[in-house]
Amino acid sequence: MHSFGHRANAVATFAVTILAAMCFAASFSDSFNSPTPTASVKILNINWFQKEANANDEVSMTLNISADLSSLFTWNTKQVFVFVAAEYETPQNALNQVSLWDGIIPSKEHAKFLIHTTNKYRFIDQGSNLKGKDFNLTMHWHIMPKTGKMFADKIVMTGYRLPEQYR
Amino acid sequence: MGFIGEQVESIRSMQVRQVLTQIISLGMIVTSALIIWKGLMLVTGSESPVVVVLSGSMEPGFKRGDILFLHMSKDPIRTGEIVVFNIDGREIPIVHRVIKVHERQESAEVDILTKGDKNFEDDRLLYAQGQQWLQQHHIMGRAAGYLPYVGWVTIVMTEQPIIKYILIGVLGLLVITSKE
Repeated sequence: MHSFGHRANAVATFAVTILAAMCFAASFSDSFNSPTPTASVKILNINWFQKEANANDEVSMTLNISADLSSLFTWNTKQVFVFVAAEYETPQNALNQVSLWDGIIPSKEHAKFLIHTTNKYRFIDQGSNLKGKDFNLTMHWHIMPKTGKMFADKIVMTGYRLPEQYR
Repeated sequence: MGFIGEQVESIRSMQVRQVLTQIISLGMIVTSALIIWKGLMLVTGSESPVVVVLSGSMEPGFKRGDILFLHMSKDPIRTGEIVVFNIDGREIPIVHRVIKVHERQESAEVDILTKGDKNFEDDRLLYAQGQQWLQQHHIMGRAAGYLPYVGWVTIVMTEQPIIKYILIGVLGLLVITSKE
């Protein structure tokens, strides 16, 4: 009845059950966190703005990104992936989302930041619709946990506009 | 030798009826595992509800050997989501983040570009030759949950098949010889 096999089995089963329960509890505790992040993005300069040889508009800009995402961090947070995307509508496309900059925040101490950067990924339209285009800049974040469920949310910033002429 | 001798002895002393019971209980274990897997497929709507991360291209978020739980809902794909996609002509699915989305007005057809968090370049080099964008049908699911390390079991078993056979053999023997 109490052979080595039985004891080993009981210990292993118990250990796995406890681990699973702890993972679930850690992940569940995240849902009690109600974060209050802030973000602001300024376009400092349109560096250049042109139509490429393949007829797609491309723009290069310098951004000033500041945010305080420290309230996103809980004890179950491994890192926060943050990015800023330009979002706009064109006659052809109901939604265009183009990621301009992203970063990985490894800990709460780094979650309050101010960055001055040109767009890390190319801002290229599908077609030539960017002249005088109104667009939103959205800061998205994706909370990557030590274990369990992943959370994502965003702050939408409106009222940005591209120049009427190529430069 | 006590442990093995015990097992051999219990095989010798078995009756036909008991053997049948053991076979049925073995069948129950296999079928319930199958039911759980198929049930997960139904609930998540993804053809493979659990994937193991095989490369380090999403580090430090996901490391090799971590497990991702996928979800495939009707919601459209958006930037920032981590998706699992299949490239035509490639065996192994890839887990990367969406960085660009262009969604059509009428048809809701979508063009998606992905990138690994740790990679410097986007994934156009990984796609099929001449392919610029992923479409909806390439996407197998989006990552919703995460569990570290557990996937090492399957990595070890695929890379060292001998361990898999030993494990299956030992487990099978234990199931057959156990007395309730």
